Formats: sequence, C-alpha cells, structure tokens
Amino acid sequence: MNALDQYIDLYEANAATVSAHSAGALNAARADALELLKRVGRLPHKGEEGYEKTSVDDMFAPDYGVNIGRVDIPVDLAAVFHCGVPTASTWLGAVANDKFVPTESLLRNIPEGVTVMSLAAAAAEMPDVVEKYYGRIASEERGGTPLALNTLLAQDGVFIHVCRGVKAAKPMQIVNLLSSPVPLMAVRRVLVVAEEDSDISILFCDHSRCEIKCLASQVIEIYAGKGAHVNVCDMEESSSGTSRFSQLFAEQHDGSELKINGLTLLNGITRNEYYIVQKGSRAVTTLDGMAIGNGEQHIDNFSELSHSGDHGRSNQLFKYVLDGSSSGAFAGTITVESGARFNEAYQSNRNILASREARMHTKPQLLIFNDDVKCSHGATTGQLDQNALFYMRQRGIPLAEARMMLMQAFMMDIIDNVGIDGLSERLRHLVERRFRGEEMMCADCNAKHGV
Amino acid sequence: MDNEIIDKVAGEGDDYKYGFVTDIDTDIIPVGLSEDVVRLISAKKHEPEWLLEFRLKAFRYWQTLEMPHWAHLSIPEIDFQAISYYAAPRTRDKAKTADEVDPELLETFEKLGIPLAERNQLAGMAVDAVMDSVSVKTTHREKLASMGVIFCSISEAVKDYPDLVKKYLGSVVSYRDNFFAALNSAVFSDGSFVYIPKGVRCPMELSTYFRINAMGTGQFERTLIVADDDAYVSYLEGCTAPMRDENQLHAAIVEIVAEDRAEVKYSTVQNWYAGDREGRGGVYNFVTKRGLCRGVCSKLSWTQVETGSAITWKYPSCVLAGDGSVGEFYSVAVTRNRQQADTGTKMIHVGSDTRSTIVSKGISAGYSENSYRGLVKVAPNATGCRNYTQCDSLLLGSHCGAHTFPYIDVMNDTAIVEHEATTSKISEEQLFYCNQRGIPTEEAVGLIVNGYAKEVMNKLPMEFAVEAQRLLSVTLEGSVG
Amino acid sequence: MKEDILLEIKGLKAELADGGKEILHGVDLTVRPGEVHAIMGPNGSGKSTLSATLAGDPRFNVTAGTATLHGVNLLDLAPEDRSHEGLFLSFQYPVEIPGVSMVNFMRAALNAKRKYFGEEPLSASEFLKLMRRKREIVELDNKLASRSVNEGFSGGEKKRNEIFQMAVLEPRLAILDETDSGLDIDALRVVAGGVNKLRTPDNAAIVITHYQRLLDYIKPDVVHVLYKGRIVRSGGPELALELEEKGYDWIKEEVDNQKDSAI
Repeated sequence: MNALDQYIDLYEANAATVSAHSAGALNAARADALELLKRVGRLPHKGEEGYEKTSVDDMFAPDYGVNIGRVDIPVDLAAVFHCGVPTASTWLGAVANDKFVPTESLLRNIPEGVTVMSLAAAAAEMPDVVEKYYGRIASEERGGTPLALNTLLAQDGVFIHVCRGVKAAKPMQIVNLLSSPVPLMAVRRVLVVAEEDSDISILFCDHSRCEIKCLASQVIEIYAGKGAHVNVCDMEESSSGTSRFSQLFAEQHDGSELKINGLTLLNGITRNEYYIVQKGSRAVTTLDGMAIGNGEQHIDNFSELSHSGDHGRSNQLFKYVLDGSSSGAFAGTITVESGARFNEAYQSNRNILASREARMHTKPQLLIFNDDVKCSHGATTGQLDQNALFYMRQRGIPLAEARMMLMQAFMMDIIDNVGIDGLSERLRHLVERRFRGEEMMCADCNAKHGV
Repeated sequence: MDNEIIDKVAGEGDDYKYGFVTDIDTDIIPVGLSEDVVRLISAKKHEPEWLLEFRLKAFRYWQTLEMPHWAHLSIPEIDFQAISYYAAPRTRDKAKTADEVDPELLETFEKLGIPLAERNQLAGMAVDAVMDSVSVKTTHREKLASMGVIFCSISEAVKDYPDLVKKYLGSVVSYRDNFFAALNSAVFSDGSFVYIPKGVRCPMELSTYFRINAMGTGQFERTLIVADDDAYVSYLEGCTAPMRDENQLHAAIVEIVAEDRAEVKYSTVQNWYAGDREGRGGVYNFVTKRGLCRGVCSKLSWTQVETGSAITWKYPSCVLAGDGSVGEFYSVAVTRNRQQADTGTKMIHVGSDTRSTIVSKGISAGYSENSYRGLVKVAPNATGCRNYTQCDSLLLGSHCGAHTFPYIDVMNDTAIVEHEATTSKISEEQLFYCNQRGIPTEEAVGLIVNGYAKEVMNKLPMEFAVEAQRLLSVTLEGSVG
Repeated sequence: MKEDILLEIKGLKAELADGGKEILHGVDLTVRPGEVHAIMGPNGSGKSTLSATLAGDPRFNVTAGTATLHGVNLLDLAPEDRSHEGLFLSFQYPVEIPGVSMVNFMRAALNAKRKYFGEEPLSASEFLKLMRRKREIVELDNKLASRSVNEGFSGGEKKRNEIFQMAVLEPRLAILDETDSGLDIDALRVVAGGVNKLRTPDNAAIVITHYQRLLDYIKPDVVHVLYKGRIVRSGGPELALELEEKGYDWIKEEVDNQKDSAI
C-alpha cells in the first residue's frame, strides 16, 4: 500500500474544506503540489539515495487523521505556559497541533516592527507579503514529495516577520504541542521573514502529549535578507510514539548570518532535513545538531548546504550519542557552486555508540565545483575515551557516573554554542537529566509524557 | 594562479605516448551480444561445459539488468550491440618461447616497455602480456613453477587447473554483483591466474600488462589471484590503449582470495587512453575489483594510480572476513580535460579485530570531474574493528569538480571509525615560495602535486614507482617543461 | 594482617591486556603508615605498570600475586572503589577531559567517596569552601579550577592539579608517578611542598621517579630499584644518591650477570 494515496484521496474528497479553513497563498500553492504528488506517486522509501536509513513512506503509512475541518482539539495550554525557559525571557506563543495560539503577553508585548501571528491569518490579512515568500524558499527540486504533501494539506502555522533594521530584543519562543485523542498528523508550516539588517532569535520547542501515535509534518521557510541575523533553535522532546518529519529551507543574502541548532533530546522517529542556500556573498551559516538516542529511537539528520556567493563561510557540527537499540543517520552535503569564489565550508560529524545494539550511518559529502575553496569534513564513530574513564574512576567516580559525565561533556560544545541567551544553562540541565534517564519535559512543567 | 598556466599545465592532451596502433592480422568476431556470441567465445577458447554454463547464467542475468546511474558520472548511452566481444591477434597457439611470438607483437610490447624476448626479460618481474582478448606470452613461468607458483592466463588455467578455477571463480565477485560484473562473467576473454601455494613467498613481482589494440572492441579480462595459507605475492597491473576517436569499453573483474595469514599486494597503474582535449575518444573503464580476506590475519593491500580513461568507475574493495585481517587502499586519481572518475573502495569488516586504512588523493584539472566514493561497514558481530580514512582533493583550475561521497555504517559499539576529508586548491603560498626560489610555476605545480601524492606513491613497488611518478608529471605538465 | 602495614604486595605479576606480554614478573613491597618509599629504575622497567596495576588500569591483567591496602584486597575492587579505600594515583600524563569542568569533576569524585562511606553529599557552599582551602596548598589558580579537567593546562599546571586533587581526596596511600617529569624547579618546589604538607603519620606515599632531584624535596625512608619487572634492590636514602652518581648500568650488570649464572 502506498502511504501517499490516502492523503491524496483525503485531499481530493475534501479540497473545498481544506481551503475554506485556510487562505491566500496557502491555498494557491495546492494545485501544483497535487500535480507533483500525482506525477511522482510515492514518498521516498528506505534505501533510496538520501534516504538510506529512513523510510518516509513508513512514517506516513499509519492511518493518521488530519484535522482539516479545524475541529477544536482540547489542548492543555497551561502546560505550555510552564514551559518557558526560565532563564531566558522570551515572547511565548504556541502551536497546538497546527493551530497558532498566541499568549496574552505575546499580543501585549510584541514590539513595533515584529509580527508573530497565524500564518493563515497573515495570508488573509497581508497577502502580498506572504505571497512573496511562501513556497518560494522551499524548492520542489529539493523538498520533493514530502514538501508537496505538506503544501497540499497545510492550513495554518506561524508567520514571523521582522521589519528592516529592527532588532528583536528578546527571543521568540514557539511551543509546538501535539495532542490528540486519535492518531493525528499535524501539518505545520512556518514562514520567517527577516528583512534587511534585522535580527531575530526563535526557539521552537516540540512536545507531544499523545499516548497514541502522532506525526508532525513541518516545513519551515526562512528568508534572511541582506545583513540579517537569524538564530533558530529547534528542540524536540517528544515521545516514543511520535514521528517527526521536518524540512527547513533557508535563503541567505549578502552578509546575512544564519545559525541553526537542531536538538533531538527525546523522540520516536525523527527525520530533519536542512536545505540552506547562500545566495549572496559574505554569508555566514552555522548549522549544529545534537542527537541523544536510546530505546528504539531513530534520528536521521540530512543537510544540503550550498554556497553560490563569494566569501561565504559555513560550519556544521552534528553529534550523536546512541545507547540502547537506537539508530542514527547523518548525511550532509556541502556544495560550492561553480563561480562561487573564496568560500570556506566545514562539516563535522562525531558519534558515540554506547551500546552493542546502537547503530550509526554516516554519509558526509563534498561537491566542489571551484578551486578557490577551503573545505573539509570529518566523521568519527567510536566510544567514550577509555583513558578519561580510567582517570575518573581513579578519582573515585563510579563507572556509570563517569560515562554519563563524559557523554554530557561530549555535547558541551554544541550546548555552549546555542546562540540564545540563557538557553545554554538550561540545556545543560536538560541534557544531564536526559542522560540520567530521568523523566523529563522541557523546563519546569511537571507534566509527564502521555498525560 | 594564472589561468593560462593552469591551461598549460593541465590542458594539453596530446602527449599520450602509448597511442600507436599495431598493424596485425586480428581474428575479430562480428559486433553484437547474444547467447550465440557467448557460445562462440566459449567455443573459440575450447572451454569445458561448466564454464559455458557459468557464462550463460551470467548472460541471462545481465539481460535483466539496466546500466547503473548512481555514480557522479555522465555516461553517454552505450550500445552494447555495437561492440565486438572477442578479438585476438591471429597467430598460432600461445607462444611457449619468445621466438614463437609474432615479431609485431614482440615489438609492440617492447615499445610499451615490456620486453618479452628471453634475453631482455625483466629480471625481478614475471609478465603476462594480454593483447585485446588473449594472453600473448607469460614470462618466467618455469622458474615460478619450480616453487609451485602458478602464473598463467586464465584460459590456460581453465584447462590445466580446472579444480582450482572452479573453486574460486566467482567466489568473491558473483556474476550477480552488478551490471558490469554480469557482463564480464558472460563474455570475459582472458586475464591472469595466480596461485601461490601454502607458505610460499613469491620470489618476484607478478605483472599483467593489458593492451587494447583492435578497433571497435571491448576488453573484458578476468584476473583471479589465490594466496594460500602464509603465502605472499605482489602483483602489478598496467594498461594502455591506442588513441582513437571512438570510445572503447573495458569491463574487467579482479578477484582475490587470501587464506590464513596470506598477504596480497595489488598495484595498478591505469593509463588507458583518456580521450583528447575535447573529450573525444578514450576508454570507459568499468571495473569490479574485490578481495576476500578469508583467512585469519590475512592482508590485502590495493594501491592504484589512475591517470587514464575517459570514464573510470572502480572500487577495489576488501571483505575482511577473517579475524584480525587487514585491508588497505591507497589511491591517486588524476583527471584533466573532460575526464571523469568515480573511484574509491569498500571496506567490509565482518571478522573481529579487523583493520582498514584508506588514503585517497584526488587531483582534478581542466574540465574534469573527480569523485571519491567509499563505504566503510562494520558488521554487528565484528568487535574491535578500526578504520581510518583520509581523503583529500586538490583542485587545479576553476572549471573542474572534486567530490567526496563516503558512506559509513557502524553496527558495533566497539568499532572506531574515523574519516577526514579536505578539499582545496593548490596553495598560493607554496607556489610563491617555489617561484621565489626560481622554480617556474609549471614545474612547481608538478613538484607540489608529486609531494601531495607521495604517501600513496611510496606504497608502489619500486618497479612501478618511477613509472608512476613520471606519468603523474607528464599527465599534469602536458607539453610544458 | 599486621596492624602497622598499609600496603602489602606479594608476588605480583601483570601483563598487557592486549597481547599478553608480561611486564611485572613478581613484585614484593611493603609500605607502613607514615613512610615514603621511592621506586626508581631505568626506562621500561615496569614502574608505571606497577602503579597502573595497583590502581586497576584495565590495560593490564594481573596473573598472579596479591595486593592489599590496610587489609583490603585491592585486586578484587573496581578502580573507583580502590580510590575510595584510599589509593590515589598521580598520573604521569594527566588525562584531558574536554567539556567536564574541574568543579563538577571534583564534586562527583568527593560525593562518590562520601556515598561509599554512607555519608551525605556536601552542600554546594561547603564544597566550594573546601575547594578554596585545598587550592591554596598547591597555589592552584582559581581560573584553572573553572576550566575543563586538564584541558589546555601546561605541564606544571597539570601536576599541580594532580596534587590539588590529592589534597581534596585525602588518600591513605598516594602513588606519585613521575610527578617531577616536565617540571621546572619552581613548580617542582610547589608540588613537593604540597605533598609534604599532606603527610600525616597515618598515610604514606610511593614516589616513582627517574632522578634524585625530586627526592631532595620529598625525603624517602626506603628506596627501591625496579628492573625488568622485579624489585632488585632496596635500601635507605643513600641508594638514591648512589644511583644519581653511578647511573643504573652497574645494577643492570649485576642483575643480568646473576641471571646468567643462574642459567
């Protein structure tokens, strides 16, 4: 059975309803998406180039419901409000499944020049802005059928816009909450437009509160205008029944700086794809990823970073610690286009296998079409440093504790490099709790998974 | 660096000194491929029934396949029905002494630097000379035979040592392995067979020299090397072809088996005709090479210097099945003009405490595309395995491409696998330093490139190292200097 | 067990865990409370193997013999429990552990020991107070204490850091493995001064060294010469002076000749 068919059927039977609960650019893009899906006819399967270890088809195969009628699914937003990163004061909003829910304080405090709102509402209220960017940064060529499926069914999500020259004083925090009494696929769409010389930090926290299976299909598009600084931290703390398929597309112009942290603390099956294009010159990109796996978790990160301007710089670092029977995959490609001069691009993937059953698949790639480059990638898969373990035990630290400390230390450079104020300390704490195997939930909310 | 200099250094393509054609009467079968052609090849070689069956099975399987397209190569459509699958210099049976070899052939190999006449034979090296589809002459056979070493063409081996051939043929590279392996298994013409008995250290380098001569033919040789317990052999492979405007197909298979504590060193200097400046002509080199380290503590080392061929598609690999076995891959691949290379290795760690080392140096110039593609795999039950991979690319000029595609699969937590890769252009500082000391840029590029490739060149046997170094300089320096 | 014996090693044999090459061929050594023993010997004689084996380094396997610390069989214990029982090894090459801060490292070590003896963990303020007090013993810069363990430390700083940790953990028996290597004279004085300040009538130290130099600062009661995996000679402090003057060759010759005649 082809996983895609059920969604095409669903859409064709309910096309009018889907569009009625959305607006403008979101609706306009559906016809092309449907055409592509019908033409290609399938989602990627495991083993295909780029999908060596993850079957998108399997991820979408369960009979998930899609809330196209926009039925109100009760979501305990109180938990969300607890979820603030205490040391980082943020503007807080939430996306319940795929519906944007602002907080009172967000509405009250958001400053002039910064817009955070429902994407559907934005498409209706300021169609010209949304049309200019929606679906233009994400490319069909890269995103393929998973992107088209998101476009076909996306009805809402978040729209963040920062005006030219505006520097947002606080980070934006968007809590994505999956919660449903029946198996649900949430189709989220996020559009971030940072105009020239603007500055914005955004923290996404993914939580799921489902005992039953849920799937998040997420597409984030980021436009970084000339000289813009955009800082995105996308953190997942979901549950074993959750699948997450996320694609992030970014377009960078002259002198822009983009920093992305993808942190998988706890999950079920996750596939994160990053497609970043440096269109302008002197662009700087930092892409870091952290994955902690145990049990049956599966974490697959995929990146394509392309330099097409001059004097661009990029740095990628992905680290995995895999325990239990978890499996990890990383595939990253750096492309330096022909004619793009004086670029420097680095990529590093470091992995620790902490148990017999853990598996890691790595595929770092360089595609270089120009000689004025400095590029390198490195990948290692190994174990904790045996000398350090012995040194610690000689000082009296028990083996299990020493291992835990070393695993945490292994992640320290990623944690310290998160560009959002106060988040590093918080993360340190969360990562420690994660390695200790303590019940966890973002920050202080006491809600446990599956409640 | 000045574009003009790069052009000078990397652009010229008319210096291929092996581009001549030998005018010799050739027995060449009509173009096309069918069961009848497979039967005809087998009949011409007077093969036993089991080998014909092997070929037919492979052929039938090949018919179900399509040409693979996953490599970073743009391969023009190949019409497999437009190729002749068997061409042999029309002489008597294979020569026992040099006097029986056609003087034209002797002269050809003499010109290639491979003297076959008794009095001129290279002392430290036994050579099997293969012209188009057949082996012309194998030197030093008697001396080797006195130690129990078998070194002959595979056709002779089929007749003289059927049990050995039957036991090992297709045991490492199955005809089902890939498109070109299936093709080769169906139509392979000749190649070398080596067997080193237990405990024997082969006293000289064994070498096969492959020469494509006839027009419109493909070459499909097959090499099988078996090193029994505690044996050692160093084997060299060289190849050239005439300059022709059409493309020629070369699809070979090399299989190696190393038993307990055996060591096999396999070196290649690949210098098939690469086509001209505009990419006309040249050999399509689609080769499947694989060794099985079956025995404990066995070792297989691949060293290759790839400078020729219009398109190269080749991944000499090691299956490290025996506990404590060792695999090595050292490669220098140079591409220029419109050449394309997609090459690398696979290290499959199946046994425990197995180790592998990969050192790959790519050099791209002109409008060429040069890719490293490699797989390092550690099986779930293989404990204590180690791999180190170093993979560097050097770019000369802004129109070429250098790409790296490593696949790393670790399924055992006691493994340590490291991969490092860099890509950069030739260092301006080094060039300037050389210039300041009075070394012209063209020469400096040659020096720097040779230094860059040294780690791999050092792994070549002496007999080859000099030739390979010269080749590298000629290839890159073109008409300069 | 006699009351006044702290460390007792009998017939200890050890080999490399990978490869099985035997390095210690039967070592006997007895250390009493309050004593300082020096173990000297040429390169490759097994000095570092002895200390690593006592501390439970997994690179070595014990194949014969016993080792007890105040009556407790060391060889049965995990490395961390040997530490809790009072064995401290100052490493010749202290290991760098990026990402683990000195503070976290020492807190984990100290609290694990307290837990082993059924005590509550120290409060944060008590712990910091203790750290500050102990730091002064080796004049360790506060800045170093806030960095990752040994990461980016100079050779001298690493050795000071070892003695600082020893001060915090208050071992019964400290083994100083070539603590003097790579130290300039000022650092040597500070490190030796630290060791001397930590001496009590109840604890003891084994100083492993190549040279007399360190023994000018840490006065040994007994000097042993380890050669080819055995203690071949023991004596008073004067033995160290003799070795300084005459080198090791005469001892080597003596031992090798004895062996020859034995064959």
